[in-house]
Amino acid sequence: MKKNLTYSEAILEGFKYLLDNYPEVFVIGQGLWSPWYVGNSMKDLDKLYGKERIIDTPVSENAVTGAAVGASLCGSKPIVVHPRMDFLLYAMDPIINQAAKWSYMFGGQSNPQLTVRSIVNRGGEQGAQHSQLLHSLFAHIPGLRVVMPFSVKDARDLLISSVLCKDPVIYIDDRWLYDQVDTISDVEIKDLEDQSPKKIIDGNEITIIASGFSTKLAKNAIDKLSIKNKNSIELFDLRVISPIKYDSIVKSILKTKRFMVVDGGWKTCGLASEIISSIVERIDPSSLLSKPVNVSLKECPAPSSGLLEENYYLSENNLVDLINRELENNN
Amino acid sequence: MIKNNTTEDLLDPNKYQDNYEISPFSKEVCESLFRKLVLIRETEIKIANERKLNNIKGPVHLSAGQEAVSVGISENVKNSDYIFGNHRSHAHILSLGSPVDKLFAELIGRSTGLSKGYGGSMHLVDMDVGFMGSVPIVAGTVSMAVGAGFAISQRKSDSISIAYLGDGAVEEGVFHESLNLAKVNNLPVLFVVENNLFSSHMDIDKRQPSSFTSRFAKSNLIEYKIVDGNNVLDVLRCSKELIKNIRETKEPKFIEAITYRMFGHVDWREDIDVGTNRCEESLRKWKLRCPIKRFQNSLIEQNFFSESELDSIKLEIINALDYSWQKVTNDPLVDKKSLLNNVYFENK
Ligand SMILES: Cc1ncc(C[n+]2csc(CCOP(=O)(O)OP(=O)(O)O)c2C)c(N)n1
Ligand SMILES: [Mg+2]
Repeated sequence: MKKNLTYSEAILEGFKYLLDNYPEVFVIGQGLWSPWYVGNSMKDLDKLYGKERIIDTPVSENAVTGAAVGASLCGSKPIVVHPRMDFLLYAMDPIINQAAKWSYMFGGQSNPQLTVRSIVNRGGEQGAQHSQLLHSLFAHIPGLRVVMPFSVKDARDLLISSVLCKDPVIYIDDRWLYDQVDTISDVEIKDLEDQSPKKIIDGNEITIIASGFSTKLAKNAIDKLSIKNKNSIELFDLRVISPIKYDSIVKSILKTKRFMVVDGGWKTCGLASEIISSIVERIDPSSLLSKPVNVSLKECPAPSSGLLEENYYLSENNLVDLINRELENNN
Repeated sequence: MIKNNTTEDLLDPNKYQDNYEISPFSKEVCESLFRKLVLIRETEIKIANERKLNNIKGPVHLSAGQEAVSVGISENVKNSDYIFGNHRSHAHILSLGSPVDKLFAELIGRSTGLSKGYGGSMHLVDMDVGFMGSVPIVAGTVSMAVGAGFAISQRKSDSISIAYLGDGAVEEGVFHESLNLAKVNNLPVLFVVENNLFSSHMDIDKRQPSSFTSRFAKSNLIEYKIVDGNNVLDVLRCSKELIKNIRETKEPKFIEAITYRMFGHVDWREDIDVGTNRCEESLRKWKLRCPIKRFQNSLIEQNFFSESELDSIKLEIINALDYSWQKVTNDPLVDKKSLLNNVYFENK
C-alpha cells in the first residue's frame, strides 16, 4: 500500500519496523525521551516500545557508542543516535579503532553489527561546532559502511538495511531533508551490500553525482534550468557513499563526457575529490570534454554570522550558475 | 534568622529560600555584587526578548538564575588568571567585567563583538579579562583549563585557571581524565560545576546515581566544597578560601554550586513541557530561591539599602542596557568578504 510520508516520518517508520520485527534491536542516545530533540523522527518510540529499548543517556558519547559496539558483539542490534554529528567526535575511538576493525583483527569471526545514526543539523547561526557534515571522515575508514539517504523511501529502507547489515554502518540523515514528502510503497528489505547509486534524472550533456542533501540541491537546481538546458543533466544519487559501486556512473560519464560532483563537505580529502579520482582512474581521461567539476563547501569552519553563512553553504542558485557555465563552455 | 539547612536540603527547592546574614561584608562590596547580579539578570532577560523577536538569530543558553555562582567567584579572580567557559557563559564573562556592549554586538554578528562577530552566543572570548574562550561542545574546555594549569606551573606564577562546567559535563570521560591529570600533576586549577540539576531536557536523577557531582572530586582526592549557588556571599566566601589555597599550594580544588536555571535549556522559553521533572510548580518553587531576590531582601532587612535605592539601581541598569542594545544595532556587521579570514592564524 502506498503512503504519503515526510523524510522524518519515513525514518520513524523504519525504526518501528525494526523494533516490531527484531527483538534484538534497541536504540540508545541523547534526547530519545524528549519530544524536541530529534524532530519527529523518533516521536513517542519510548512510549511505544518502553524505556528499556529506547534508552536516553547521560552526555557520554564515547561510552554510549562503545557500549553499543559491545552489545552488538553479544547478539544485540543496537542503533546509537547522535543528534548532531559534531557530538559524535567524542566517540571516534569505538567507531574507528574498534568497530571498523573488529572483524578484520579477529579473522572474520565476530562482527560489530551496530548502526550509528548521526544527524546533520546546520544553519541558523549555530556555528563551527554545531554544523558539521563529516561523512568523508568515516568514508575514509575501511570496515565502515556509510549511508546517506536523500529520498524519503531510502530514509526508511536504508535505515532498515543498515541495521540488518552485519557490518558497522554510519547512517547520516540531514535535518534539511526532513520536510520532503513522497508517496512510497511498503518496506522493501534490501541487502545493503547490493545497493548502488541511483539515476534520478536522465540527460546527455553532464553527469552530476551527489548524495543526501546535496542531491536535493542538485535536483532543485536542475529544475531551475532553462527549458533548453533541462534535459542535459543526468543526476545520480549515491545513497551509499562507502563503499561506492561505480559501474552505472562510469557508464553515464562515457556517454556525457562531462561530470560534476556536488558535496556538502570540504574539498580537501573530501567525498567529491574521492569520486573524481575514482572515476578518472576508471576511464580514459582524454575522452572527457572538460575537466571534472568539484563543488564542495568553502574551506573554513561554519561561521556563526548569518551573513557569512549565506556565503558558506552551497545554494541552488550557485549550482544553477555553475551548471550553465559548464554547458556554455562546452557547446 | 538563618535556618539550619543541610547540604542535602540544597536539592529541595522549598529550602534555602530565607534571607541570610550580610555582615561582615561592606556596603560598597554589596552594592558592587548587587549591580553585577542585576546586570547579568537584566542582560539575559533582554537577550531572551530579542531572541524571541528573532532579532538574535542564533541559539542562546541563558544563565538567569545562576548569576551568583560566577559573580561570587569572579570577586577572587585576578587579571592574570585564565577562565574557560561552556555553552552557558554570558554570566561568566560579564561577571569578569567584560563590556555588555561587546556581548550584545556579538549576538547580532557585529564586527565590534567579543569574537568580532564570528562566534555568536556559544563562542565567546575576552582575553582582556582573562576569559580564554567558551564553546558548546559539552566538557570541551575542561581539559584546556588543566592545560592552562600546566602553563602556569611551568612559569611558576601564582595565577590559577578556572573551568566552568555543568552537571551534564561530568558525564563525559574527559572530565574524569582532567581531574586525575590536574591532581597528579599538582596543577592550580579550580573546577566549578554549576549544578543546575539538568542537562538539556533530562534531570540529574535520570542520569546519575547521586545528585552531587563533587563525589568525583572526592574520588580523585581533590578538596571540594558544595555551596548554595544562589547565595552570592556563600559562593564568594567559599571560593575565596579555595582560590587562596590554590595560589599557595598549587593544588586543584573543586566547587559544586547547586543552582537552577530560570529559562529553559536554550532560548527564551521556560521548557516546562519538554523536560522530565520540570513543571510549572517546580519552576515556581525554584524561583523563590532566586539569588537576586534573596540578596536584595537581606540587604533591605539588615538596613544596608532601602528598597527604593535598590530599585533605582535596577532601573539605571535596565536603561543603560536598552541604550547599549540600541547603540550596537548601528555597529557594522562582519565583512561579507571575510568568510575565509582567520581559518589560519598565520595568513600572510
Ligand atoms: C559533546 C556534546 N554532546 C551533547 C551536546 C548537546 N548539549 C548541549 S548543552 C547540553 C547540556 C549540558 O548540560 P550541563 O553540562 O549540565 O550544562 P547546562 O546546560 O545545564 O548549563 C547538551 C547535552 C553538546 N553540545 N556537546
Ligand atoms: Mg546542567
